Amino acid sequence: MLEIKNLHAKLEEEDKVILKGVDLTVGAGEVHAIMGPNGSGKSTLSYVLSGRDGYEVTEGSAVLSGHDVLEMEPEERAAAGLFLAFQYPVEIPGVGNMTFLRTAMNAQRKVREEEEISARDFLKLIRIKADKLSIDADMLKRPVNVGFSGGEKKRNEILQMAILEPRMCILDETDSGLDVDAMKLVAAGVNALRDDGRGFLVITHYQRLLNHLVPDVVHIMVDGRIVRVGGKELALEVEENGYSGILEGVS
Amino acid sequence: MDARERVLALGLPGRRDEYWKYTRPESLTDPEVARAAVLVPYEATLFDSVDRLRIVFIDGVFAPDLSDDLSLSGVHVERLCEVSRMDIHWASELYGVLEARSHSPIARPLAALNTAYATDGVMIHVTEKATKPVNLMYLHRSETSDAILHHCVKLEEGADLTLLETGPAAARFNKSMEIDIADGAAFHHVRAQGRDHERRAMTHTFARLGRESVFKSFTVTVNGVLTRNECVVELVGPDAVAHVAGAVVGDGEFHHDDTVLVTHDAAGCRSRQVFKKVLRNGATGVFQGKILVRPGAQKTDGYQISQSLLLDDDAQFYAKPELEIYADDVQCSHGSTSGAIDEEALYYLRSRGIPRTEAQDMLVLAFLAEAIDEIEDGALARDIVAAVEAWLGRRRG
Ligand SMILES: Nc1ncnc2c1ncn2[C@@H]1O[C@H](COP(=O)(O)OP(=O)(O)OP(=O)(O)O)[C@@H](O)[C@H]1O
Ligand SMILES: [Mg+2]
Repeated sequence: MLEIKNLHAKLEEEDKVILKGVDLTVGAGEVHAIMGPNGSGKSTLSYVLSGRDGYEVTEGSAVLSGHDVLEMEPEERAAAGLFLAFQYPVEIPGVGNMTFLRTAMNAQRKVREEEEISARDFLKLIRIKADKLSIDADMLKRPVNVGFSGGEKKRNEILQMAILEPRMCILDETDSGLDVDAMKLVAAGVNALRDDGRGFLVITHYQRLLNHLVPDVVHIMVDGRIVRVGGKELALEVEENGYSGILEGVS
Repeated sequence: MDARERVLALGLPGRRDEYWKYTRPESLTDPEVARAAVLVPYEATLFDSVDRLRIVFIDGVFAPDLSDDLSLSGVHVERLCEVSRMDIHWASELYGVLEARSHSPIARPLAALNTAYATDGVMIHVTEKATKPVNLMYLHRSETSDAILHHCVKLEEGADLTLLETGPAAARFNKSMEIDIADGAAFHHVRAQGRDHERRAMTHTFARLGRESVFKSFTVTVNGVLTRNECVVELVGPDAVAHVAGAVVGDGEFHHDDTVLVTHDAAGCRSRQVFKKVLRNGATGVFQGKILVRPGAQKTDGYQISQSLLLDDDAQFYAKPELEIYADDVQCSHGSTSGAIDEEALYYLRSRGIPRTEAQDMLVLAFLAEAIDEIEDGALARDIVAAVEAWLGRRRG
């Protein structure tokens, strides 16, 4: 589904190399987790995959279901089924959350040559999905993420994912800032989307989320590389011992 | 001194005049009118869903056959040419009067010129709450038309009128409107300046507000090679409210100038100026806005904001915000900013599948929203948003 090979990326403006050869493959129906110390390049990987400006890929490739995503515009990647739940969702004053979601949904449908969703069907759909995530009507009416609490922003990301139904979902620290109940809601929201045709890449610092969202594979990223790969027990090891043992093994 | 004498005394505006520093007046005063192509297909559909009384002008000449029957309960409409033949008429107390008072501290020679040479216009007398809006529709048909219109609106105590103005009007358009708002009356003004690319317009809106009266004026401008809108508001009765707002989208050979003076001459009045301009591709925006608080105008609340969104490095915005305050118990603030599109927001929208140009237009509309929100009537505001959206959409192709 998503195949990343030897991916190198640096900052466009500076000579700082952040990704130094990432290899990672997520198969359809799988859940992969990435853990790693602060600043190791996890968010950068998600940004490079989703097409944010400011990074330059110097080597390697990333292929999503046959598409060379690195050659595509961010909106094309989205239409091809890639979704990033942001670590820091962006506030957009003046753009209503509903308008935003409906525009996004219809834009993707247009690319896939599907019909636009009617205002009524959209309203029905969003009510159901929002309800499951305990997102109230008021949050839907407000401008995108403006005045949302940290946890509300994260839930809003998952709502977008639930509506857009992407095939490859990257979640960047969606669990940070969530209270225990919200975390369960979010995990349930993600689990509801799990099926044979969909892949997940979950960036997290904590084992907690992975209890609800059991990963098939856990990757440890250190200094721009995947340095260890294991099963779900690897997350437990990190939780108990931190990264020191892993770092020693590497150097 | 009559208007012709004022024209002679004031002379024509020149580049050395302080308030013509950023806008070249020549093409507004040249004897020869620059040609302005008429946009085809013609669009005059704005506010079509609103039940309104239409008064149509073609190239600045009243067109009775295209206009509605001018009878409306509580509203009396007469043509300037009918009124000027009469010896006694309320308009003689208003026509050219607010204009004549407006030349200090800023001379407005083109307004004097308008008063002296206007060839048409309507005198609207409002005695109660009008049951529907009046729409002055300005059609442009001739490539070399040079129109001078002068309207007067007098609202009696407690009266209420919404006035709509739409259309490009002429190749060159000089329009004045003088509005006298009695105690407790309300005047709402929503204007869409037509989008013929080459048209030039110079407009003056003069308003005098009585006690607890309301004046709210909003203008949207897309296209037009040159537009200068001057607005002169005098708050002379206590506790009056005046809002002046503008939303502008300019692309290419486009120059737009808002020059506003709000004078607080009574206690407890509130005024707001909200101006937003989106500029690209060599377009230029100008904002010269002043709040003047006269001695004795205590408890004044004055607010002014002018912002531009520059979509590329070629666009320019000049702002001259001014406060002049001669009372001590007042609250006045003003701010002016110039910025580029928010790249983070753009990326966020695109990452959800919204194409770049569409995402940019969403951010443009979001930027303009604060000005459009100044329109009190929701249906009119939605029409304005739809018009701007459609225009942006057509440009995207
Ligand atoms: N635009 C940028 N300008 C400067 N430095 C950057 C930029 N983007 C990333 N970096 C740097 O690259 C490194 C990797 O950052 P990244 O955000 O990918 O880390 P992370 O693994 O997601 O960390 P965390 O766990 O704290 O979220 C950090 O040292 C960061 O400061
Ligand atoms: Mg991160």
